[in-house]
Amino acid sequence: MDSITLIAIASIVTAGLTIALGSIGPALGEGRAVATALSSLAQQPDSATTITRTLFVGLAMIESIAIYCFVVSMILIFANPFWNHIIAQAAGK
Amino acid sequence: MRLSPDEMIFWQYGLFKLNGTIVFTWALMFVLAVGSKLITRKLSTGLECSRWQSLLEIVVTGIEKQIEDVGLRHPEKYIGFLGTLFLFVALASLCTIIPGYEPPTGSLSTTAALALCVLVAVPFFGIKEQGLGGYLKSYVEPTVIMLPFNIISELSRTLALAVRLFGNMMSGTMILAILLTITPFIFPIAMSVLGLLTGMVQAYIFSILAAVYIASATRVRKPTPEPDVKR
Repeated sequence: MDSITLIAIASIVTAGLTIALGSIGPALGEGRAVATALSSLAQQPDSATTITRTLFVGLAMIESIAIYCFVVSMILIFANPFWNHIIAQAAGK
Repeated sequence: MRLSPDEMIFWQYGLFKLNGTIVFTWALMFVLAVGSKLITRKLSTGLECSRWQSLLEIVVTGIEKQIEDVGLRHPEKYIGFLGTLFLFVALASLCTIIPGYEPPTGSLSTTAALALCVLVAVPFFGIKEQGLGGYLKSYVEPTVIMLPFNIISELSRTLALAVRLFGNMMSGTMILAILLTITPFIFPIAMSVLGLLTGMVQAYIFSILAAVYIASATRVRKPTPEPDVKR
């Protein structure tokens, strides 16, 4: 198996695994956050604006972990430096 | 498959490139600045005012209330910076309705620049409120051992701000581009509506997080008696 094939296989598999595993954690975390927010909204409907705002801020922070994984897999697919390097090498030969 | 509006070149002269990010940023700046100037030419303080002035008043008082809710007293000191952050990011994602437009926040350069502005603004407002010694002392709270961790948390907060906004904007445009090649017509419209929603939420999140960082930097350590203004 030459290095071009190896780099391609590694990039594709890693990109898929990154986004697959990386979205499990944030999804579970966001589910728990929203569930707790809903129960506290039911207990104290008067502070709905504060609870909603804090919920959104917390969700954005949790979401950013999934965004990091997404950015890594996008880089592996579309802007892969190893792939570009090996292709440039093969074209130069 | 275009990864960012950096790759749309409009005009090139040697090393100096006019790419999509710069052109769209200038267009947004033009719309915001000229629009506000035209609306605020003849402000009226009576009961009768034009609908554009009412729109601007709604926006400004809404942002002021949000800043105050976060914990920053005297929001008029910070509304210039925080309001501009919110309006720029919100308008950038709102204009995706216009065909041929790519949000400049979909490029890491723009979001890194905005995050660097927040990185500079937090010590600026902190030193203005508490003086240089008072602000620097906050880095060694609660113990001196926490000093490297506080510095690292400052830098990682900035990085997270930049990457969060970039990732959300870039993923929206990329998913739209991919869907347009697979299922044209109905499904891309639903995805672009979702993209508008996440764009607005990310604009709000960016400015609220900047406000929270500034609030934690300007938090008075020793409580000073100040007359509470009830709104």
